[in-house]
Amino acid sequence: MTDEASKGVTGVAPYLRVRNLVKTYGTFTALDSVSLDVVAGEFVCFLGPSGCGKTTLLRAIAGLDPQTSGTIEQAGRDISNLPPPARDFGIVFQSYALFPNLTVAANVAYGLVSRGRPKAETAERVTMLLQLVGLSDQGAKYPGQLSGGQQQRVALARALATSPGLLLLDEPLSALDARVRIHLRREIKDLQRRVGVTTIMVTHDQEEALTMADRIVVMNRGAIEQIGSPAEVYRKPATEFVADFIGAMTFIPASALDDTHVKAGPLVFETAPFSIRQGSTVKLGIRPEEVRVRNLGADVPNRLDTRIEALEFLGAFARARLVPVVAPELQVTADFSMNALRDLSLVEGQSLTVSLPPETLRVFPVPQ
Amino acid sequence: MTAAVRPVESLVTRSASLETAVAGTAILVLVCGLLVLVGFPLWSLLSKSLYVRGEFAGLQNFIAYVTTPALSRSVINSLFVALVTTLIVVPIAFAYAYALTRTSMRAKGLLYATALVPLFAPSLLPAISLIYFFGNQGFLKSWMFGGSIYGPAGIIMAEVFYCFPHALTILVAALRLADARLYEAAEALGASRPRIFYTVTLGGAKYGLVSAVMVVFTLVITDFGIPKVIGGQFSVLATDVYKQVMGQQNFEMGAVVGVILLIPAVIAFLVDRLAQRRQVALVSARAVAYAPNRSPLRDAAALALCIVVSGIFLAVLGMAVWASFVTYWPYNLGLTLQHYAFEIADSSGWQPFFNSLEVAALTAICGTAVIFVGAYLVEKIRAFPVLRFVAQFLAMLPMAVPGLVLGLGYIFFFNAAWNPLNVLYGTIAILVLNCTAHFYTVPHITATTALKQIDPEFEAVSASLKVPFWRTFTRVTVPISLPAILDIAVYLFVSAMTTVSAIIFLYSTDTKLASIAAVNMDEAGFTASAAGMCVLVVLASMTVKLLQVLADRLLLDRLQAWRRR
Repeated sequence: MTDEASKGVTGVAPYLRVRNLVKTYGTFTALDSVSLDVVAGEFVCFLGPSGCGKTTLLRAIAGLDPQTSGTIEQAGRDISNLPPPARDFGIVFQSYALFPNLTVAANVAYGLVSRGRPKAETAERVTMLLQLVGLSDQGAKYPGQLSGGQQQRVALARALATSPGLLLLDEPLSALDARVRIHLRREIKDLQRRVGVTTIMVTHDQEEALTMADRIVVMNRGAIEQIGSPAEVYRKPATEFVADFIGAMTFIPASALDDTHVKAGPLVFETAPFSIRQGSTVKLGIRPEEVRVRNLGADVPNRLDTRIEALEFLGAFARARLVPVVAPELQVTADFSMNALRDLSLVEGQSLTVSLPPETLRVFPVPQ
Repeated sequence: MTAAVRPVESLVTRSASLETAVAGTAILVLVCGLLVLVGFPLWSLLSKSLYVRGEFAGLQNFIAYVTTPALSRSVINSLFVALVTTLIVVPIAFAYAYALTRTSMRAKGLLYATALVPLFAPSLLPAISLIYFFGNQGFLKSWMFGGSIYGPAGIIMAEVFYCFPHALTILVAALRLADARLYEAAEALGASRPRIFYTVTLGGAKYGLVSAVMVVFTLVITDFGIPKVIGGQFSVLATDVYKQVMGQQNFEMGAVVGVILLIPAVIAFLVDRLAQRRQVALVSARAVAYAPNRSPLRDAAALALCIVVSGIFLAVLGMAVWASFVTYWPYNLGLTLQHYAFEIADSSGWQPFFNSLEVAALTAICGTAVIFVGAYLVEKIRAFPVLRFVAQFLAMLPMAVPGLVLGLGYIFFFNAAWNPLNVLYGTIAILVLNCTAHFYTVPHITATTALKQIDPEFEAVSASLKVPFWRTFTRVTVPISLPAILDIAVYLFVSAMTTVSAIIFLYSTDTKLASIAAVNMDEAGFTASAAGMCVLVVLASMTVKLLQVLADRLLLDRLQAWRRR
């Protein structure tokens, strides 16, 4: 676990080091020995379905819900048992938790005032922060008079006001409209890059994680399934769960022949290399968008004659259910752009030859 | 770099542990305070009931009680009047609440306010009024068909007046929580009107009904003022406690009756808490508010009912007011102010009224501060779960303890020779302490509810910004909760102003309160002056309530601009 956790950060001392974190509520295990490193300046997303432990992990790092066992180090300091005020972080909640009776400026200044800095300095910093989040002219308003997206930015400015070493975002976008959400994604990411603050964001939205994170920590049932860059997590999902949770994937039951071939029914597929014992039952995973239909030479690997069983229109593309002619019990889902659909004039019931590029085919073990 | 950072860090760590220490100390002080206010007095009472003339006697007192027919008779009497009152009050209050929430009748606000009038009167006011209506010289005496108002009939009628608003507020709250979608669904499924009423309306309000039944039952069982004034020879538990303690100086037997009085109150309390817990689960955040449609016949019937009921209430209050000004009932109906020259009826004169104002004001100020801070500590501090649990238990306990029982416990605890706190005995301070303790639970629940509505992450945000929790408490929590805080202060003021039960054991000649003076004057035969004193209490309570309404409208509107969108 430790080795895997440090992957991609070798050579740099991690800013945040989480080791063997366990959190139990009675008999329920919310975090099951989680280890993880975060490098300074990095934007890390905890991604997973609800109840996977991502928020629990965030709150443990903040000290809001202390772990049952395990250690957390921040900037070389053991913070495992410190109360939240003794730690160094800023936090934005899903509800924003803005103080409704204080103006936007007073909210942003909240953490500065108590530090006894000169008034002018505080005011200057508030102006700077409001400018940073694009709300320069809103300082005198109350949070209730702002839109959800604006409130979110105020919360962000307030969290950044005290220049914390670590910024924690707990599903910061999930209370917003889809359009505002997409807009704010980029804004937060830009802001984070400019400020350079190490950031951890919790989300259940894979798109959010893929577009914003430097690295994604995919979690399931209190444990980490995979840590990697968005491209890694998407292209080389380590487990069936990751493959299924991020993006779409068709799974075909198969058995392992050697380390690059599996057999599914009468068909043999060449795949990306894997290391599973020969003869084991496995699942073969295919991303719908990786199914090729054009420029297929005669010697292309994993060539397959199929029939289009169903065609579902989804706007920019169409999703087809393909049935191999020689093995009608197997089904492959494929996405075709509207362009391809038109050029090849695809219709339901038609025969279609496709190929499944070996480097995109993932093989997952099936637990016995 | 590291060397420069370290001192700051240790400073931050130290201030964080200071915060924990402050929170811990505050909760500890709260628990100790509640133990002195509630826990120890109750314990003293319970242990006293097991002693005979200072010697431990086990259950001997209880056996003596059960085998004395004159005493055990009171149990039956108390249960009887409580049961009948409940059976009368709850259905009428339900109909009234239904009219207020589920019809389109006019003047809802006015009719609701009128029905709440009894809240502002001491319980003995309706008893005195009824004596003027149906007593030996009452002008409606013929309506009694030769029966006497002095006894169960009078007690029940007066208790109906006294308990009605308590049941009404609970039922209005329960009926207000209607989900229009349930009605639409029921109609779409073709359910008949009676079936919809039975399944949806009653179904949704059933926990409110249970709660109302329990509250009314407990109020009647534990009320002292009404049976004292109009009970005649009909003895009930509450008057027995008084007779044993004040009449016969038999403190042990008084304690025994107190313990017996505690039993139904505790049972009712537990049932009520269970019902309340279920009620919460029924309300969904996505509910669509129910808006009653117009139905001329139903609305007219509802209006008629409400006018009759509130008319009776106003008549009862009006009779007390009128009687206090009548020269010599019923022979000389000319108006006079002579009954307000209280020194004729009671040597303390007007002093009790001013004492009451003082106690009520002090209870409102100190009690509100203690209760709100206490609720904050219990609700918002994350550390010290065991202490917080104990504090929560002690805060809920007073609801289950009848005033007389608490008052008796105070005698045993605060008057004990070994207790250094016995310097408080006979002072205004002990009356304030007692009132705060007696009425602790309802404001505690009000405060807790208000605090629960505040984003639970405020404390987390403050912690991350390294702002100590007390600063967020004063800068954010208190301003946001101001309406609830005002509510609590007014509730405490009115309760302390009108209470008779607990303090009857605790006043001295210098600290007599208005409602006690009314009891004494009535006992001495100065019924008109007693009525006058009650009227003054109503006047003071209502004035404060009106001030609150004004404050809510004007002050809060101006101070809390942030509430406007």
